[in-house]
Amino acid sequence: MSDSNPEGFGVQSRRTFFKSVGTAAVTAATANAKSVAAELEKANAEKLVGPGAISVTLKVNNQPLHLQLEPRVTLLDALRNYSSLTGAKEGCDRASCGACTVLFDGKPIYGCQKLAIEAQGHDITTVEGLEQSGELSDIQKAFIEKDALMCGYCTPGFLMSLTGLFEANPHPTADEIRHACAGNICRCGTQPHIMQAALQVAGTPIASKTEVIHG
Amino acid sequence: MASWPTETKYISHSTLRIDAPAKVTGRARYASDIQAEGWLYGMILRSKWAAAKITAINLEKALKIPGIKAAVTVRDGEMTARYYGEELAAVAGATKQACLDALRAIEVTATPLPHVVHETEGLKEDSPRVWAEKANASPGRQTDKGDVDAAFPECDAVIEGFYTTPVQIHHPMETHGNTVSWTDEGVTAWASTQGISSVRDGLAGGLQLEQSQVRVITEYMGGGFGAKFGPGVEGLLAARLSKAAKAPVRLMLTRFDQSLAVGNRPSSFQKIKLGAKSDGTLHAFQLENYGTAGIGGGGSSEGGGGGVNFPAPYIYKVPNVRVRHTDVAVNAGSARAFRAPGNPPASFGMESAMDDLAVKLGMDPLELRLKNDPNKTRQHEYKVGAERFGWKQKYQKPGASPGPIKTGIGCAGANWGGGGNKRTQGEAQINPDGSIELRMGVQDLGTGTRTVIAVVAAEMLGLAPDQITVKVGDTRFPPGPGSGGSTTCASVAPTVYSVCQEALQQLQMQSGIADARGSNWFDACKKLGATPITVHGKWEQGLSSSGAGGVQFAEVAVDTETGLVTVKKIVGAHDCGLIVNQITLESQINGGIIIGMGYALYEERVMDGFSGVVINPNLETYKLPGLADIPEIELILVNMPERGVIGIGEPATIPTAAAIGNAVANAIGVRVSSLPITPAKVLAALDQVPSPIAMIP
Repeated sequence: MSDSNPEGFGVQSRRTFFKSVGTAAVTAATANAKSVAAELEKANAEKLVGPGAISVTLKVNNQPLHLQLEPRVTLLDALRNYSSLTGAKEGCDRASCGACTVLFDGKPIYGCQKLAIEAQGHDITTVEGLEQSGELSDIQKAFIEKDALMCGYCTPGFLMSLTGLFEANPHPTADEIRHACAGNICRCGTQPHIMQAALQVAGTPIASKTEVIHG
Repeated sequence: MASWPTETKYISHSTLRIDAPAKVTGRARYASDIQAEGWLYGMILRSKWAAAKITAINLEKALKIPGIKAAVTVRDGEMTARYYGEELAAVAGATKQACLDALRAIEVTATPLPHVVHETEGLKEDSPRVWAEKANASPGRQTDKGDVDAAFPECDAVIEGFYTTPVQIHHPMETHGNTVSWTDEGVTAWASTQGISSVRDGLAGGLQLEQSQVRVITEYMGGGFGAKFGPGVEGLLAARLSKAAKAPVRLMLTRFDQSLAVGNRPSSFQKIKLGAKSDGTLHAFQLENYGTAGIGGGGSSEGGGGGVNFPAPYIYKVPNVRVRHTDVAVNAGSARAFRAPGNPPASFGMESAMDDLAVKLGMDPLELRLKNDPNKTRQHEYKVGAERFGWKQKYQKPGASPGPIKTGIGCAGANWGGGGNKRTQGEAQINPDGSIELRMGVQDLGTGTRTVIAVVAAEMLGLAPDQITVKVGDTRFPPGPGSGGSTTCASVAPTVYSVCQEALQQLQMQSGIADARGSNWFDACKKLGATPITVHGKWEQGLSSSGAGGVQFAEVAVDTETGLVTVKKIVGAHDCGLIVNQITLESQINGGIIIGMGYALYEERVMDGFSGVVINPNLETYKLPGLADIPEIELILVNMPERGVIGIGEPATIPTAAAIGNAVANAIGVRVSSLPITPAKVLAALDQVPSPIAMIP
């Protein structure tokens, strides 16, 4: 929120928000709730789809994916259960674990929080798309070298969050890495090695402080 | 007598996890990724009552939902639901959406019954009974040694404390569940499990099939921590749905389900009285503990080790001891084994009491431990660890740290049994082209079992680990143990040793080459002509041992204005026996420490007494440590090859919470005696807000 815009909330000011909703809705807001619903329904009538399955085309890892989906199917559900792209994992289905993180036009998002129909026309990248012409990406290689995974179930999510970070910022600090992974949970406790892997890719590797002694 | 080679190329070095490439590319297929031909979704309807008489469950409307292929109830006829989240019925359908609709269409007729969900309430004789035939509080198990009543007056310093630990939920990132296909030939289950054999046996028993008719496959699974041994109600339901629908059914629990019904670490409420002579020698110890393992009351926890009792006075030798444990049944999901069952609460209670006693004696708490811990390994680890940690330089009297953000240090010790499972078997096929495949009916939970097998085989055969093809996670392979009790490595490594010895012997005999290892390997294999060799091996004695000691040191910063605890550093010194593979070993210890940190600061299942529901059944309100919470972790791996292979998963998690708790007490000068050490409890300990646990007697 910027000081010069006391009415603003988030990146949208109240003014632009009302604009985006449409004049009809603003007018209706002063009337009763029933007429709001009626106005919105009328305004959206031509856009209504479902509830049955409709044709949906996604662009995933630069490949078109044609699917028949109910509009309520999430992007995660579409990938995992209507195609064979099971790399993005389901850990909670409610935006709290990050195992389903994918790139949406290059930015990390939770696959469980986006409807598949909303993802049409956007570039989706999953963990299966990180390998380029048979070569793993730097962060994938670093995860292997630093043993930044154990059971591996959270790994695709962390990899996508970090890939998004490195695309925006090739040399992040440790704090920027922490921030980028704030939406990813690991239960096995691989975080120290994830940090080592990410810092190596960032160009500021840290040495392991493990010492082996004889008993 | 078998013995490990002393000069090694791979054992005690670091080989990168052999299944890491599959995991970083999404190629690894977990139980929840299985897409068997024609598979259906499965979902479970759960009790919304903490206790209720269920008189009817009507599935008719659910079966009419488009896409629904089958629906079953957990039991025929009436049943009593004993906790919020208990399984009532299940559906299978073509899509998740159809299943969600179907669950809403199931009609349940129920009469709610009175319930009790808090241990302290359950202790009361007039609390609503979880089981009609017996009181919620067990009579209690008491053990006595020496004469406690006579011994306390003989002490120069005596402390009393009330230390409590919460119910902790396992929360593996992959929830419990299976894909099950039941055809005329039998049942195949792709299970997210720690024990393919126990799932096989559980399914066969529960479905009245022969064990030979059930195959369980676990190529990859997303964590277990003790909660994933049997098929569970969800596995049996998936099988029944598969039979009814004539199609494979994938039934994975939701995160909500996971929070309610598939295990947890029991709580503890420990009244401890500890006394010592003026020189610090422990003289008398008394513990009265109660806690809950949910409806099981400690008696019926799946996977074992889920009861409320634990070793006390933990790792210390005290001549006069009285210990009493009381299980309190409440209307909540049953406990299961959870990484080092019993030990983290035992460590938290006793190690907290040790530090409180040290304060009373005016002693350095590390000195008090060195004086009373009989274990030589830990004595050594304390000394080496303290040096590395800078204990002497950092130690200040409790509360002496200046300013509003106070730093403090603490330490604690761990003990674990472990050891190899002598029933472990394995086989190898050596092909004429020199390729070799090792097959074992164990499973890799992410602990690095596959890699351990490759490392040991490579060492024994003079090959490289990437020349070994490792196959695990299938009940068609020779039987292996469930992965629990930190026994897997000590079971697997000696078995691979014997399989390889057998392989070499056969190969050398058939090829006529005296030493088929290393550079001779391919020549020897070529001489096999067209027929591969298959050999079988069993676990061998003398290559592993049990018993593992470890110590950890913690440094914390406590903001006395907000109550926030930040862990700055953990130093862990752990007995590793013969280190098999260093890099995956480090991951295991880190993992133990981080789960211990969650136990110390964040994790707790919270229940509402009025409604009887779990009010944090998700990962937004049940908090796990995140990347930003992780302190600097330094490990000292005590390599003791003469001990052979031991396990590390469990000892690594035991002392963390106690060390952090002691560091907090050292920082602020007062004890926060209840886990998790939340900001509210820190502020309460500092008398800035009323205590949230003041009501507990």
